[in-house]
Amino acid sequence: MSGPSVIFSVLLLGSGGFLVSCGWARIIEARGTRMHSRSHYYGWWTFLIVVIPSLVFFIFWSICTNLYLENKASSSCHTTAGDMAQSCSVLVKMAHDLAHKLVLDDHFRNSQEDHDAVLQNILGKRKILFSLDNKEHIVSIAIEWAQRIKKFHMIGTIITFVLAILSCFVGIFSVSPERRSRNRVECVTVFWLMLASSIVILITVGIVLSMLFQTISFFQSVSLANFFFGTVWDPRFSAVDSEEVVGQFGLIPLLAGTLYIAFIAMLFAIPVGLFSAIYLAEYTVPWLRGIIKPLLEILAGIPTIVYGFFALAVLGPFLHDLSIFLASGHAFIMAQSALTAGLVMGIMLVPFVSSLSDDIITAVPRSLRDGSFGLGATQSETIWRVILPAAFPGIVASLLLTASRAIGETMIVVLAAGVVARLTINPFEAMTTITVKIVNQLTGDFEFNSPQTLVAFALGMTLLVLTLLMNIVALYVVRKYREQYE
Amino acid sequence: MRKGDVCHTTPMRRDIGLRQRYRAEMRFRAYGITAISIGMFFLGVLLWSVFSKGYSAFWQTSLTLNIRFDAAIIDPKNIRDHDSQVLFTANYPLLVRNALAEKLGVPSDDHLALHEVSHMFSSSVRVQLRDLVLGHPQLIGGIQKVTFLASADIDSAFKKQINLAGSETRRKISNRQIEWMHRLSADGSLHRAFNTGLFTLTASNRPETSGLGVALVGSLYMMLIVLVLSLPIGVAAAVYLEEYTHKNRFTDLVEVNINNLASVPSIVFGLLGLAVFVNFFGLPRSTSIVGGLVLTLMTLPTIIIATRSALRAVPPSIRSAALGIGASKTQTVFHHVLPLAVPGIMTGTIIGLAHALGETAPLLLIGMVAFVANYPITPMDPATALPVQIYMWANEAERAFVERTSGAIIVLLVFLILMNIASIVLRRRFERRW
Repeated sequence: MSGPSVIFSVLLLGSGGFLVSCGWARIIEARGTRMHSRSHYYGWWTFLIVVIPSLVFFIFWSICTNLYLENKASSSCHTTAGDMAQSCSVLVKMAHDLAHKLVLDDHFRNSQEDHDAVLQNILGKRKILFSLDNKEHIVSIAIEWAQRIKKFHMIGTIITFVLAILSCFVGIFSVSPERRSRNRVECVTVFWLMLASSIVILITVGIVLSMLFQTISFFQSVSLANFFFGTVWDPRFSAVDSEEVVGQFGLIPLLAGTLYIAFIAMLFAIPVGLFSAIYLAEYTVPWLRGIIKPLLEILAGIPTIVYGFFALAVLGPFLHDLSIFLASGHAFIMAQSALTAGLVMGIMLVPFVSSLSDDIITAVPRSLRDGSFGLGATQSETIWRVILPAAFPGIVASLLLTASRAIGETMIVVLAAGVVARLTINPFEAMTTITVKIVNQLTGDFEFNSPQTLVAFALGMTLLVLTLLMNIVALYVVRKYREQYE
Repeated sequence: MRKGDVCHTTPMRRDIGLRQRYRAEMRFRAYGITAISIGMFFLGVLLWSVFSKGYSAFWQTSLTLNIRFDAAIIDPKNIRDHDSQVLFTANYPLLVRNALAEKLGVPSDDHLALHEVSHMFSSSVRVQLRDLVLGHPQLIGGIQKVTFLASADIDSAFKKQINLAGSETRRKISNRQIEWMHRLSADGSLHRAFNTGLFTLTASNRPETSGLGVALVGSLYMMLIVLVLSLPIGVAAAVYLEEYTHKNRFTDLVEVNINNLASVPSIVFGLLGLAVFVNFFGLPRSTSIVGGLVLTLMTLPTIIIATRSALRAVPPSIRSAALGIGASKTQTVFHHVLPLAVPGIMTGTIIGLAHALGETAPLLLIGMVAFVANYPITPMDPATALPVQIYMWANEAERAFVERTSGAIIVLLVFLILMNIASIVLRRRFERRW
């Protein structure tokens, strides 16, 4: 019996228990006894005690036995393969695949040649050039493994079903007027709700831990100074036979590119976004606002890959041609440049700036405006001298949030900024960013544990810390400088 | 006594720089209008450039010809009865070339011309005719009317995307081919048809035979996974935070985490997916299940935040009334508060899904940039996603791929617009003001 069918049968059993308990509770109620809970709560209680313990046990059992068997196989592999620890993990992996194929198909258990055929098939699929000296050995390990899997799985299934059936009977027979089923079911519900909300914490922990472990193992082969203060980015990929040459992983050019492109983007987005927000909040009539605001929000809803394509196929070539036209033949703007990426990113950020600032400006109370108008100020003077100072902390916070988005933006820079890591101040040349390098290092075929790929996690960690810092500063600004109006 | 005298004796108004101030006011308004027009202008240019480049991708140039299935070409040694391999490896493009050459009156010894003829149709005819012959072996020796794709260059030329007036050496299509094209289109064998291939075909290195099939299926799987996982978990978390707990250290921690997760760059979620799901749990790379899980993690904060604000909008009087007539806390929440918050939750979920549908960066890291030629049967099979397919096509050098890319962007935008309209309609229709 396969895993999914076990789970399905347990669910079926639980539903059966639900119906029986529910019906039984109704019969008791029909006889005129007053029950503590409504009848369906008895049903739900039975369902929960059938399903939850047995499934938790089943999943736990499967994971544990898998780990145990893997451990056992690798230890028996070690005793025979000796000191070749590197090839041992490959052997175990092959034995693992073979064993799982054998479990699925009883036919293969009959003769030795079939094992060989399956093994060849697996080797062919994995494209491993591997001498088959230890072939018999692998096959014997795999057969043993497969038998153990079958045995453990059988034991697990039996225990699961015994557990489910027992708790089904317990649930059905405990249906009685005094039983406080509703409270129990509600207790389980609240527990589930709490579990769900702690998943959010789990995700954060997962993000931080996964990055941290890979980053630490990266810094075991590359020094901190090389990464944080290096000015050359050259992670050589051909580190197969030259063990010492690990390449240079200088963060500085990437960080400079990231900040520079984000700066260009903000240079475009801040004036356009802020002035749009001010105009929308203070000057427009409601019907016009009702048209323009959704239109700007469309800009926010367009996926970043579309902006990237726009930069690559439209704006980049346009700026390139423009520079040829302006400098009469000499193209001083590259097709992929920091300017193109920054400009397109700026377009993307306009709606973020404008909608965040719009909310903040409209939150400034009416009385401040009226006071200013009463003193004879014009509308623009009111905005400059009264409203903007009042809204200032909120606007700074929203700009910081927008900037953190600019730093973490990936698709636009991947398509439009270029891949060459260079330290330059010229915005017309190609630059590269942290996110581009993360994508570059992790797309394609490679060995996972080399510093060339692990550096992506160190870069990701840097990115995470940068954006978190910006958020914290934004929060601090809002808390510290917020004006309280009644 | 004349009143006019009084008027004349009133002092001149003191100059308080009103004119200057009003001018500053006008300037300020002009800045605002300029800023909004810049935003609108770029929105217009963006949409216009995508649509003007991409609308033609929904039509594809095809050829319809009577093709003679010459036994001498398919199976020269007449061994197909006992060797089925022959039908697999036969030179099917030659059949099409001969038929086309015959139609155009190209002599069979003019090799240069024949070469140009064979560049007029897509190399996908090989598979198409092979499947046709394998399905109906009795066709061999007979004549059958077949519709097949023209090559990408002919397609571009027929859609007038290539400047045909320029010098012959600067384009991929010769004058002779253009003349043939016009002749074929005049007698109706070359025609435009709706491009179903854009939606059904899979990955290919030829522009005319590549389509979004795998990407659509992969995106559908991922959206289902995101919906099934993030909706119950997100709603449960929001209900717990909003209805069950008072402010304490645990809720503070969760709150900080939600706000931080909402602002974590999406590429970091890709790193998480690679490190945890692929390397730690050993799930296969470039599959929709991993993509769906990563997108779920990204969508959760959106759904939690939307659900919380929807729950907060339900007035406390509803809760008091339910509690007052004897409902338990859980009954109050699940029977009365949650149903009233459903429109808000739905709106938030749809917006979250729309974001997930357009997300590209994390999917690149978990290996969804793959050449997938077969439809994924289960979520455990390799697949691509709609935005990833756009990314891959955007990186292709060939000109005809620009059209396909824009077409794919239009498909993506249409999906997003439909989802946003759905959320707006839901909000308008079911939103209640208390």
